[in-house]
Amino acid sequence: MTPLAGCLLVSALLFSVGLAGALTRRSAILVLAGIELMLNAANLNFIAFWRFGPHPESLTGLMFVIFSIAVAAAEAAVGLALILAIYRHARTSDVSEITEMRG
Amino acid sequence: MTLSFLILAIMTVAGGVAAMTMRHLVHCALALVVSFAGLAALYLNLGAEFAGLAQLLVYVGAIAILIVFAILLTRGGESEPEGVFSPGGIAGAVLAVAVFAVLAAAVMRSSLSHTAVAGAAPATTMRDIGFALMQRYVLPLEVIALLLTAAMIGAVILAVRETRSGATKNPEIRA
Repeated sequence: MTPLAGCLLVSALLFSVGLAGALTRRSAILVLAGIELMLNAANLNFIAFWRFGPHPESLTGLMFVIFSIAVAAAEAAVGLALILAIYRHARTSDVSEITEMRG
Repeated sequence: MTLSFLILAIMTVAGGVAAMTMRHLVHCALALVVSFAGLAALYLNLGAEFAGLAQLLVYVGAIAILIVFAILLTRGGESEPEGVFSPGGIAGAVLAVAVFAVLAAAVMRSSLSHTAVAGAAPATTMRDIGFALMQRYVLPLEVIALLLTAAMIGAVILAVRETRSGATKNPEIRA
């Protein structure tokens, strides 16, 4: 197995773990953590293709990862603020109990 | 595939699995830190120093702390009596396994995984990244700056405690 395939398999595994967490956990915070894991798996793919691709000197994959990390930071800040606001309103962060946005 | 890559990959995936399966939310956040740090080390191992250090700063430094604060502020530190998995959990786990099977089959069957050769690590200096950010990618950089500002303002507005309109006339606040 080539290093590229190894990276892609690790990334697929990490993506599946994140997806499983996002789909199965009760806590809204861990759902967000699962989404972060999926984003990180995609970043690992970008780095792997940049490293083992034909034109690493064009820096495309690396730049995509840097911008993706910045977007993920913004997403995490807004997501956790939303969870806090919902918790104050509904007194729970259990996604199976939060069934309405008004009320 | 080197031994260091294997160790880091196992650390990353094990951290992720632990983060998604543990009962106590604070333990989940700590396992998530292990996973993020393993990913940063993987980036360094692959020769992407800048991305690895950015990952370390942003994820291990900022997002992990943010998640711990959110857990503590929402009283998530207490154990959940109904169990940690939601009612439809089995279907979600099956779906995730199916997604992994499809992805792994696609990776193993593609010609890329047999023909790509591992050359020397590309000689990318911080200078190259700086020039690329300031010349070719300057517009995305500005957009990201705007996005981060908007996200910061939005997060503050969302998370600030709602006060009734009469509360601002509180003499303690005016004093």
